[in-house]
Amino acid sequence: MRKLLVYLKYYKKESVLAPLFKMLEASFELLVPLVVAAMIDVGIPNRDGSYILKVSGIMVALGVIGLVCSITAQFFSAKAAVGFATKLRHSLFAHVQSLSFSELDEIGTSTLITRMTSDINQVQSGVNLVLRLFLRSPFIVFGAMVMAFTIDVQAALIFVVAIPLLSVVVFGIMLVSIPLYKKVQERLDRVLGITRENLTGVRVIRAFHREDAESERFASGNRELTAMQNFVGRITAFMNPVTYVIVNGALIWLLYTGAIRVDQGILTQGEVIALVNYMSQILVELIKLANLIITVTKAVACGKRIQSVLEVENSQKQSVGTECAGAADAAGEKGAPGEKDAAGIDAKDGVCAVEFRHVSLTYRNAGDTSLKDISFKARPGETIGIIGGTGSGKSSLVHLIPRFYDATEGQVLVEGRDVKEYAVSDLREKVGIVLQKAVLFEGTIRENLKWGKADASDEELMEALATAQASEVIANKENGLEEEVAQGGKNFSGGQRQRLTIARALVKKPKILILDDSASALDYATDARLRQSIREMEEKPAVFIVSQRTSSIRYADQILVLDDGAVVGMGTHETLLERCEVYREIYQSQYQEDAQTGGAENGKGE
Amino acid sequence: MAKENKGKRQTDTLKKVLLYIRRYLFLLVLSLVFAVVSVFATLYVPVLTGDAIDWILGPGNVNFPNMIRILTQIAVVIAVTALAQWLMNVCNNKITYGVVRDIRNDAFAKIQSLPLKYIDGHSHGELVSRVVADVDQFADGLLMGFTQLFTGVLTILGTLGFMLSIHVGITLVVVLITPVSLFVASFIAKRTYQMFRRQSETRGEQTALIDEMIGNQKVVQAFGQEEKVQQRFDDINQRLYQFSLRATFFSSLTNPATRFVNSLVYTGVGVAGGFAAMRGMISVGQLSCFLSYANQYTKPFNEISGVVTELQNALACAGRVLELIEEEPQLAEPRDAVSLGQVQGTVELSQVYFSYDPGKRLIEDFNLKVRPGQRVAIVGPTGCGKTTLINLLMRFYDVDRGQICVEGEDIRQVTRKSLRENYGMVLQETWLKAGTIRENLLMGRPQATEEEMQQAAKDAHAHNFIKRLPKGYDTVIGEDGGSLSQGQKQLLCIARVMLCLPPMLILDEATSSIDTRTEMKIQNAFAQMMKGRTSFIVAHRLSTIRSADVILVMKDGSIVEQGTHETLLAKNGHYAKLYLAQFAP
Repeated sequence: MRKLLVYLKYYKKESVLAPLFKMLEASFELLVPLVVAAMIDVGIPNRDGSYILKVSGIMVALGVIGLVCSITAQFFSAKAAVGFATKLRHSLFAHVQSLSFSELDEIGTSTLITRMTSDINQVQSGVNLVLRLFLRSPFIVFGAMVMAFTIDVQAALIFVVAIPLLSVVVFGIMLVSIPLYKKVQERLDRVLGITRENLTGVRVIRAFHREDAESERFASGNRELTAMQNFVGRITAFMNPVTYVIVNGALIWLLYTGAIRVDQGILTQGEVIALVNYMSQILVELIKLANLIITVTKAVACGKRIQSVLEVENSQKQSVGTECAGAADAAGEKGAPGEKDAAGIDAKDGVCAVEFRHVSLTYRNAGDTSLKDISFKARPGETIGIIGGTGSGKSSLVHLIPRFYDATEGQVLVEGRDVKEYAVSDLREKVGIVLQKAVLFEGTIRENLKWGKADASDEELMEALATAQASEVIANKENGLEEEVAQGGKNFSGGQRQRLTIARALVKKPKILILDDSASALDYATDARLRQSIREMEEKPAVFIVSQRTSSIRYADQILVLDDGAVVGMGTHETLLERCEVYREIYQSQYQEDAQTGGAENGKGE
Repeated sequence: MAKENKGKRQTDTLKKVLLYIRRYLFLLVLSLVFAVVSVFATLYVPVLTGDAIDWILGPGNVNFPNMIRILTQIAVVIAVTALAQWLMNVCNNKITYGVVRDIRNDAFAKIQSLPLKYIDGHSHGELVSRVVADVDQFADGLLMGFTQLFTGVLTILGTLGFMLSIHVGITLVVVLITPVSLFVASFIAKRTYQMFRRQSETRGEQTALIDEMIGNQKVVQAFGQEEKVQQRFDDINQRLYQFSLRATFFSSLTNPATRFVNSLVYTGVGVAGGFAAMRGMISVGQLSCFLSYANQYTKPFNEISGVVTELQNALACAGRVLELIEEEPQLAEPRDAVSLGQVQGTVELSQVYFSYDPGKRLIEDFNLKVRPGQRVAIVGPTGCGKTTLINLLMRFYDVDRGQICVEGEDIRQVTRKSLRENYGMVLQETWLKAGTIRENLLMGRPQATEEEMQQAAKDAHAHNFIKRLPKGYDTVIGEDGGSLSQGQKQLLCIARVMLCLPPMLILDEATSSIDTRTEMKIQNAFAQMMKGRTSFIVAHRLSTIRSADVILVMKDGSIVEQGTHETLLAKNGHYAKLYLAQFAP
C-alpha cells in the first residue's frame, strides 16, 4: 500500500490542503460546545437576551467559516483522489505492458482486468475518504479530549480511558477484516473468470448444451462470494454497537463524576453540558470513522492486490535495464550513424540474421525443458522451415527470437548480437512475427495494419496486403482500408484474419519474418501463393516458417525438424528425406494422403 | 423532455431493484424492527441525560439517588441499542448480498440465453464489467442505503416526536429550517446523477480497451505498440479523470452544504431554547436535550443526502446490469417444440437466405439435401463463409428465410437442446474451460465412466500427453487452455466429441493444428466415428474432400458448386481450379 501512495506525490499540494482545511473546519466545530456552555452559564441565569443573540451570531459565523473550509477541502480531496487513481491506472497499465510473456502467463488476464478496474475504483474512494475524514475524525476525537481538559482535568481523564479503548476496538476489527476482504476479492475474481469464459466459449457451451451446468457453476461461485461477504459483514457489524457502548458507558461515568464535581462546586451545570456535548461529538465522529474504516479496509485490500502486480518484476528487465542502456549509449555515441552500415556490411560478409548457440529453454513453473541444446544459423534472406509434432517446441523456438522469453541456457543472436544486448523495442523493430492466434483490434483495417509501421503510406499497406494474399479481403469491403474491425476481429473469418495479421507484420518490412503456424487456416493454394510472393519480395527478409505441413516448408533453404524439444534433423527437404526418420514419417503421412487418396480412402467414400 | 426521460429511467430501475428486494421481505421487516428499536433507544438517551442534568443544579444541590436511578436506566437502554444495531447490520448485509447474488445469477443466466448475435456484437470486457464491477458498486450503494436510510428516516421522525413532547415552539424552529437542507441535497443529487452515468460509461469503455489489449498483450508487444496503446488508454483515462473529478466533487458538496444548514438549525435551537430557558419555560437539562437532538436530527439529513448520491450512483450501475438482464433473449422455443431424440441424420436446407447484416447479402437461395450417413465437405478459399453454414446448422443464428430441417422437422420447431445434442462439433478455434482435463472431456457426457473417457482420449491420441501432465486427467488447465499447445487443445476438443458420439458431426478444420503424424493416427478414429454418421466437414485435405458424398464449393458466402469429386472435376470450374492448385504448389 505504501508504494501506491507514492502516486499521491503528484498531488502533494492537494493532499496536504484537503485534510488541513478539514481540520480547520473541525476546529471551529470544537468551539461550539464552549459557546453553548457560555450561553447556559451566563446568558440564561442573567436573563441577558442580547448576550444570547450575540452568542448565536458567533455560532452562525463559525458555521459559515466551516462551510467554506469544507468545500475547499472536498475539492482538493476529490482532485487528489481522482488524480491519484488516474495516475495509478496509467502506471499499472504501463507496467503490465512492460511485463514479459512469462509474467503475463503467470498472472493471468482476468485478474489483471479486475485489478485495473474495480480494485482501483475502490482505492480511489478510499483515498478520497481518507483525505477528507481520516485526519478529521481523530482530530475531533483528540480535540474533544483536549477541550475537556480545559474544562476539568478529572472529568477529562474519562476521555483518556475511553479513547484508547475505542482505538483498540476500531483497529482490532480493521486488522481482522483486511485479510478477509482480500478473500472476498479473490472470490469475486472467480466470478469474473467464469463470466468471461462463458462469453468466449459461448459456442462450445451451447453446442454441448451446458448452459444450465454453467449457470450452476456460476451460482456456486456466486454463493461462495456471498457467504464470504456475509461473514466479513458480520464482523464489521460489531464496530458500531461496540463503540456505541463504550462512548455511552463513558457518558454515564461522566455524568456521575460531573454530578460530584458540581456538588463540590468545582464545575458548573453548563460545563457539564459542554463535556457531554464533547462526548457525543466523539460518538458521531466514531460512527463516521467506522464507516470510513470499512471503505478503507476494502481499499487497502484492493491496494495490496494492485501493488502485488506492480511488484512483479519483468524477469528480463535487469539485462535490458543495465545492458540495454549501455548498448543504447554505445549506439548513440558511435554506433548510431554507423550501425546500419555495419549491419549492412556484416550481412554481406555473411553475419547471420539469426543464430542459436546451444539454446535451452525451461518455462517458469514447468518441470520439463521445452527446448534442448539447439544450435543453428540463418543467413539473411534465407527461409528456415521448422516442423515437428504437436508440442515439440516449434513455437517456443521462434518466440526466443523477438525475446518473448529468455533462453535459460545458451545464446540467441540476431544480426550477430545477443538479443539481450538490444533494447527490446529495437529488437522487435527488426522482427515481424505472426502468431498462431490471429488477433485484430477494434478500429479500421488501416489502423490495424499501421501497427506494423505508423507512417506507412497506402501504397505500402496495399503492397503488404498483396503479398499476404489479402488484397481481396479489402477489395470486397465497401470501405476498403477504412472498413471497421470489430473487437477481436469477429467480423472477419479465421482465414481473413490470418492474412490480415500477416500483412500487418509485412508492413513493418522486417529483417526477420516469423510465421508461427500462421497459415493454418489458409487453404493450400493460398498458402502456396503466399510463400511465393514472400519469396519475391524486394528486400527479402530471413523467413521462419513454422508449420505442420511439409508442403509449406518443402522449398525452405533449411529445415529444422523438432521432436520433443530437440533438433532431430536439419537440412534441405531432400537430405532430410534421406536421412531423417521423423521427417520422412511426417512427409509420407502427408504425401501418401495426396497420392493414395484414390485408393484407400475412396473405398470408404463409396 | 430529456430530463424527464432520465428521471423515468431512474424510477424504472428503482422499481426493478425493489422487485429483487421483495424476495427478502422477511429480513427487511426484521431489519426495520431492529432499526425502530435501536433508533428509539438511541433517542431516549438524551432525554435521560437531560433528566440527569436537571438533578445537577449546583454546589450541594445534587440529587444522587435519582441520578443513580437514571444512570442505570441509561445503561439498560444502551445495551438494547447495541444489540439491535448489530442485528440490524447483519440483516442488512444478508439482504444486500442476497440481492446482489440474485442479480448476478440473473445476469449470467441471461448471458446463457442471449442470441449469439448479441454476444458477438458486444465487447466481452464491457459485459464482464457490467456483471462484476457495476454490480459491486451497486452493492455498496444498496448497503449504505439500507444501513443509513432506514435509521436516518426513523431518527428524523423519532426526534420530531420527542421534541414535540418537550416544547412545540422550538420544534417549529427546527422544522422550518430543515427543508433548506433537503432542497440543497436534492439539487446537488440531480446534477450528480448525470456525471455518475458518464463516469460509468467511460469506465465501461476503458474496461473494454483493457480487456482487448491486456488479453492480447503478446501481439501488442510483438509490434512494439506499447506506447500507442498506452496513449489510447491515457486518452480514455484522462476523460475518465474529468468525469470522475466532477462526479466526486459535486457529490461531495452535499455534506458540507447540509452540515451548514445543520449549524443553522443548531443555532436556531440555541437562540429559541436560550430564550425559553431564560423565561423558565424549559429546564436547562431540556435545553441540553434539545441541542443534542438538533444534532441528531440534522445528521441523518447529511447521511440521507450522502446516501442519495451513493444510491444514484448505484442506480446508474444497476441500470446497466438490468439493461443486460432485460436484453431480448434468443427466440423462445415454441411451446410444442419437439424433442428430436436420436436422429438418423437427414438434413435438408431449402431456399435458405441468410446474412449477418441486412445490408450485405450473403447466403441466398441455398438448397441441400443430405441423407443419413452422408459426408458433406465444404471447401473454398479462405474466408468464403464456411463458418456461417455451421452457425446456421447449429442454430447459433436463425435463417432469414427458408428453412433447415433435420429428420423432416424444421429446426425452429425442435428444442435447441435436442438439436445440438445430435451434433458433435469440433471447431477450429479450440476452447476449453478453466478446470481439470476431466471436466473438459466430460462436458458432453458428464455421466460417462472413467474407462469410456480414457478410451475416447486414447482414440483422439490425447491420452499419452495427458498422462504426462503433472496430475494426469486431474491437471487443472487455466483460462482458455492455459499452457497447453494449440494442437493439444485440439486433441482434447476431439476427445470431448468422441466421448458423446452424436449421430451428426460438424468438423471445422478439426485437425488444423495437429501435426500430420498424429493426424494420420486420428484419421482412423475419425473414419470410425464418421461411419454411419452424417458429417459436415470443413477441410483442406483433399483426401477428406475426395471421399465426401457431396462437396460444397463456397465463394464469397454463397455456394457456387455442388456435387461429387468427379462431377465437379468434369465441370472444370472453381473446384477444378482449387484441386489443380493443390497439386502444383
